[in-house]
Amino acid sequence: MTEITPQIVRQHGLSEEEFARIVKLLDRQPNLVELGVFSVMWSEHCSYKSTRVHLRKLPTKAPWVIQGPGENAGVIDIGDGDVCVFKMESHNHPSFIEPYQGAATGVGGIMRDVFTMGARPVAMLDSLRFGEPDHPKTRHLVSGVVSGIGGYGNCMGVPTVGGETAFHRCYNGNILVNAMCVGLAKADRIFKSAARGAGNPVVYVGSKTGRDGIHGATMASAEFNEDSQEKRPTVQVGDPFTEKLLLEACLELMETDAIVAIQDMGAAGLTSSSSEMADKGGAGIEIDLDKVPQREKGLTAYEMMLSESQERMLMVLKPGREAEAERIFKKWELDFSVIGVTTDTRRLVVRHRGKIVADMPVHALSDAAPVYERPFVRRAPLAGTPAYDQAKPVMESLLRIVGSPDMCSKRWVWEQYDTSVMADTLQHPGGDAAVIRVHGTKKGLACTTDVTPRYAKADPYVGAKQAVAEAWRNLTAVGALPLAVTDCLNYSNPEKPEAMGEIVAGIEGMGEACRALDFPIVSGNCSLYNETQGEGILPTPCIGGVGLVRNVERMATPAFKRERDAILLIWDREIGHLGQSVYLREIEGREDGACPPVDLALEKKNGDFVRYLVESGCVDTVHDVSDGGVLVAVAEMAMASRIGATIDVPDLVYFRDQTSIPASQLLIPFLFGENQARYIIAAPQDTCDRIASWAWSRGVCVNPLGITGGDKFMVRHRDLGGWVPVDEGDGIELSRLIRAHEGWLPAYMNGEEIPSAT
Amino acid sequence: MKSAVVVFPGSNCDRDAAVALEQITGEKPVMVWHGDSELPDVDLIVLPGGFSYGDYLRCGAMAGQSRVMRDVKHKAEKGTAVLGICNGFQVLTETHMLPGVLMRNANLKFVCRPVGLVVEETQSAFTRKYGAGQRVEFPVAHGEGNYVADDETLDRLEGEGRVVFRYAPGDNPNGSARNIAGILNQTRNVLGLMPHPERVCDPLLGGTDGRALFESLIEALS
Repeated sequence: MTEITPQIVRQHGLSEEEFARIVKLLDRQPNLVELGVFSVMWSEHCSYKSTRVHLRKLPTKAPWVIQGPGENAGVIDIGDGDVCVFKMESHNHPSFIEPYQGAATGVGGIMRDVFTMGARPVAMLDSLRFGEPDHPKTRHLVSGVVSGIGGYGNCMGVPTVGGETAFHRCYNGNILVNAMCVGLAKADRIFKSAARGAGNPVVYVGSKTGRDGIHGATMASAEFNEDSQEKRPTVQVGDPFTEKLLLEACLELMETDAIVAIQDMGAAGLTSSSSEMADKGGAGIEIDLDKVPQREKGLTAYEMMLSESQERMLMVLKPGREAEAERIFKKWELDFSVIGVTTDTRRLVVRHRGKIVADMPVHALSDAAPVYERPFVRRAPLAGTPAYDQAKPVMESLLRIVGSPDMCSKRWVWEQYDTSVMADTLQHPGGDAAVIRVHGTKKGLACTTDVTPRYAKADPYVGAKQAVAEAWRNLTAVGALPLAVTDCLNYSNPEKPEAMGEIVAGIEGMGEACRALDFPIVSGNCSLYNETQGEGILPTPCIGGVGLVRNVERMATPAFKRERDAILLIWDREIGHLGQSVYLREIEGREDGACPPVDLALEKKNGDFVRYLVESGCVDTVHDVSDGGVLVAVAEMAMASRIGATIDVPDLVYFRDQTSIPASQLLIPFLFGENQARYIIAAPQDTCDRIASWAWSRGVCVNPLGITGGDKFMVRHRDLGGWVPVDEGDGIELSRLIRAHEGWLPAYMNGEEIPSAT
Repeated sequence: MKSAVVVFPGSNCDRDAAVALEQITGEKPVMVWHGDSELPDVDLIVLPGGFSYGDYLRCGAMAGQSRVMRDVKHKAEKGTAVLGICNGFQVLTETHMLPGVLMRNANLKFVCRPVGLVVEETQSAFTRKYGAGQRVEFPVAHGEGNYVADDETLDRLEGEGRVVFRYAPGDNPNGSARNIAGILNQTRNVLGLMPHPERVCDPLLGGTDGRALFESLIEALS
């Protein structure tokens, strides 16, 4: 037996104190298998040891929350006995090393989390962050990640309906791949992972176990360095075909009442599934590794316990139901093996070749895992409004922004995803939120993923609040009632007090927004150590939101529906906040200033009003204002419909504070400022009075902003001679905007010279 | 009209096809497992889209060898209508029930988007409710839909009025020869097409252009 040296302990990512704690818990030295098991179970990825004390502060309850954090996925009630099961998870480190398989297995893993709970996955979303476009690896990573997501999701027959793709140099050495899966189940058929009772058979189903992905969870809990490429063998390889069979087989077995508990084998494979199931059920588990289906000869106990081979599940069945279950798995041509039994010892006992190779109290792996109150410092948020050139022509700036890497159309990405399989996709990628019909009903599920990392860098607290508010706004914009949140907290090294400060403030900001908006967090994951050679990523607390559309015949989309509709702005009557805006970055080349403030009460008031307009059938055209501000939002509505628009900048009297800025300097902040709680709506002109009076009675500010129609896009402001275009000429052809918007990504991916937008 | 939908391991449009059939014909189709040796007596057999056997070897190749396909072939020879959509079309070419092959898309990427189609042929049980030359829109969702056959075969398909759907000019998503999107066999009772009519049978899903295909079958087969 291998002697455990301090070097071996270090290689397992455990500190001296942690090792001493293990010795104390076991009352002896661990052997190598046990050390391996502890190292993954106590890794940041599995134990949340740096964030646990802070995550406890998040709001996780509401009358409609059936299952909060702590299970494979969160569950919410959507009425009529239907529930929605969803979760988001990161696969950042594997995707940087091996983009296709890293992204594909990220999709596979999160889908398993959802169907483990008894739900059929009905939608996938992905939030992707890549390095700067000029970085030599970026194109390769975009190409690999997108085809990996498509390769897995398309084969599973689950539509990939939304997400985001953005670029920033802070991700050059550490991309982010966050995948969210949404599923549907019946309230009386939810499955959990607590292995209750002794003497129940423990069953392994799915693919065989191989050597792939050993120590993936430990890898995901360490910083990257130049040797990271050598970790390629720790990236798992996915097989969506097997997962599709596993999905159908599990759902078929779930129709019976044979299952006591079920858990997928994700990070840390057999180790985490068996110990977590035993822990949650207050039971023990004994497993015999000789019974584990194996892909290759000569696997050691250590390798089997730590393998992250994909498409595997562990189940605890009721005694005597093995044959019935086996028949179903054999029908789907999957491995099925009874590998152990539950016990009342509260110990995890592992046998291999007739010997006990590990014997540990279950609580030592979970409850007794270290929890750290890591030191942190709160950095002062960035403040102030940066200076900018007030004479820049507006339309030229608009063209550059809509054709920039972050703001351009992501059609190149989503056309590689099957968006319409399952024949329930009501709103496809490109809108504010995707909408999936609840099969066979008039209800819809709206889903979105959102975060604005540059805001979270400027102010980690407000930035996290904004991510929640934007997700809530996007759901509201399609007419959905936002119900709950899953999160993926991507941060850098928690052992650095400044980075830990970003994490703490981020969790607090999210918590505040979720409480104010009645938007509890039901599942999620933390991805820390997103750092390469000492340089951290921007704080990226990605929020996945789910909402309910009560009647799918009453929804809104951003595209204009008719010519000569009035365009209205629902807003805060503020001049416009340019700090940290896309405008500053793309036009002035600056990433500074304060991020926009988030007023949650206003957010709620304006959003509730918009939802009322949509649900009452009065408005079918809504777009929220976010990156790029008011003008970009209206341009996106025009481009989506190929109907032009004329925008009239409101007179100074309509602004709350008319003295802070001369009228001549209003233009750029108003058009490009990224104030929150704003929406653009379009409606037939004869309904405007009604909308205005409803707004007035609710204390909501609505202003006319222009009119739809024609094939041009124009902005006017009031001059002595009446309404005049802000730039020379009379606006630009909509087709030019569309060319700029659609052009950048395909040209970039084909390695073509990027055409200048202007 | 009685119908059956064959389910292979990895099929994923089987439910979509069944929902569309039930909505339009009013009768639930029979779902037939790939391992069954015999199909029930039906008027229409649907081979649905998906990734049968994970697309291993070649798309449709292993499904083509499955037990149920022997009976599908047998019933098709006796005149039963067979509709192969997407992966189903690939299975039909693999079993030589339709000529030609479906290769990787010309740009080597999976593509999912609505495409414009022209209904070239209305003299068939599948298209009699469409107008000749009618322009319709169905979504495609495939990585291997690039229809390839030798010139002689293509000439014969065109000459015999067996090219039923063509991608509209400028809207060919995969590089298919002569913009071919769907073809008939010689006896005109087997249709294979890459686009998905079953995904456009409901106005909420963005269109109803696919309905006429199923309505044509009802009229022709009932």
